[in-house]
Amino acid sequence: MEILVCVKRVPDTSENEIQVNSSGTDIERDDLVYSVNEWDNYAVEEAIQIRDRVGGSVTVMTVGDDESEEVLRREMAMGADNGILLSDDAFENADGRAVASILKAAIDKGKYDLILTGAQADDGAGQVGGMLAAMLDVPYASLVNIIETIDDQKIKVGREIAGGNQEMNEMNLPCVLSIQTGINEPRYVGIRGIRKVASVEIPTMGAGDLGLDADAVAPKVKRLDYFVPDMGEGAEMLEGSTEEIIEKLMELLKAKGGIKS
Amino acid sequence: MSRQVFAYIIHKDGKADDTAMEFAVAARKLDANAEVTAVVAGTGAALDAVANEVAALYKTVWKIDNAALEYPVADMVRKALVGILPKDAVVLVPHEHFGLDMAPGLSIQLDSPYIADVVDFESLDGGTLNAVRQEYSGMVSTHVACDIEGGAVITVRPGAFQADENAAAGGTVADKSGDVGDLTVGRRYLETVVAEVGDVDITKSEILVSVGRGIEDEDNLEIVHDLAKAMGADVSCSRPIVDAKWLEKSRQVGTSGQTVSPKVYLACGISGSFQHMGGIKGAPFIVAVNKNAKAPIFQVADIGIVADILEFLPELTEAVEEA
Repeated sequence: MEILVCVKRVPDTSENEIQVNSSGTDIERDDLVYSVNEWDNYAVEEAIQIRDRVGGSVTVMTVGDDESEEVLRREMAMGADNGILLSDDAFENADGRAVASILKAAIDKGKYDLILTGAQADDGAGQVGGMLAAMLDVPYASLVNIIETIDDQKIKVGREIAGGNQEMNEMNLPCVLSIQTGINEPRYVGIRGIRKVASVEIPTMGAGDLGLDADAVAPKVKRLDYFVPDMGEGAEMLEGSTEEIIEKLMELLKAKGGIKS
Repeated sequence: MSRQVFAYIIHKDGKADDTAMEFAVAARKLDANAEVTAVVAGTGAALDAVANEVAALYKTVWKIDNAALEYPVADMVRKALVGILPKDAVVLVPHEHFGLDMAPGLSIQLDSPYIADVVDFESLDGGTLNAVRQEYSGMVSTHVACDIEGGAVITVRPGAFQADENAAAGGTVADKSGDVGDLTVGRRYLETVVAEVGDVDITKSEILVSVGRGIEDEDNLEIVHDLAKAMGADVSCSRPIVDAKWLEKSRQVGTSGQTVSPKVYLACGISGSFQHMGGIKGAPFIVAVNKNAKAPIFQVADIGIVADILEFLPELTEAVEEA
């Protein structure tokens, strides 16, 4: 099975405190630690496991700048066979739809049976996979947390729906799936693994190579600012020494029935 | 002609989702002069019941009755909607597992811009909509602008708009089933596998000590169990703990896990994403302990404590044991 995984380089929220910059135009990007989007990493692991079961190849693709190449290399160190970087100054302000258009143009240049994305990334929109499927006119399922291969025509997928329940579907190939965290346990990538793929050539394609004009990648949804939401009432913050905090908290917990003795 | 806004209403067991009431308010906030229509898809008596329920909230309800939609697979619903919606429709869809499946592709097929997970509508200036959404799990918000003159598909976060309990539209149901063509798609629904019941049913717990990413390591879970034992509480958790397989899925609180309604909820090292908070009902007394003073959980908690749970929880356990 020829599998494509679309990945994104994002600020790592477990390593950074995300803050708005002083002019409210962006988040504070100085000293941010970046990594591969968490959901995408599960998608790559899943692709590698499917390939190891049924054969084929795994290609990782990203829309980004030169620094996004390190994300492709990381996923190749995990076990992806190929990486493709889609990079162009024209892509800089791309919104979700523009990213899907760029990916679609690149996908048309290859042949894939299964296309995976992460269920969402840093902006929480969860849009690119579904758009891409519609552009390619293939079936789509989101929030996938089980994939069972059946044959080269179809697969069985489980989606995570409300209440921890799972919706099982059979889907024709090719199709696009967005992958939910927890579907597997992504393997650890050591420094040695990264070194091994350090010199592998990663082809880059720009707008010209993909036959995309400026109009095709112009954002339709424009971000105007960043701000910290009004906290409203918010929590009553307990302050003081740990001893003082615990004393106050104990009073509150007792009053609210939080301690059964 | 006034703008046409369509609210897609999800339903289950013949009952409309809470977003049916919320979207009636959201649509008015988007454009007070818009002509607002609710759309329901499904089949049979269950669908009729939903359509009649929704007609109390919207002047017009479009009903799509098709045997193939007994289980509304997103690819099929999308196909049905593309067949009946006007090109310049502004479509509201709930931002949950069905909306995430259906809506992005709908925007492509209607050739409309897509705005995901909107929590508020700020203004409408001519054809330009200014909407509020969040990024980085709710740590920051943004205003986004989008020209919706030619239509738009917008997913709206469940719970973001306050339902108007007194709304009474006395609307009528229009049957659009005949305008929907063939609904054959490349995805077939097989079955729903119901979540396994764990050793503890956290939906019945009165006190929950809930643990998130801040616990850092599986071995540290011991301090959470110790505190829960001292308090007479049960242990629940947020998604990353289940993803890491440190606790079973039946202990996960959130829209994709269990919905709980304890008296007291002690959130330990949980940032407080809307998916997590969506699993907490019945207004419990929420205490949040998190080392990040900017964690969104502090916006919704009653009591907040900025502390590292690895140090704070053992001290609290000791105090509870001595009390």
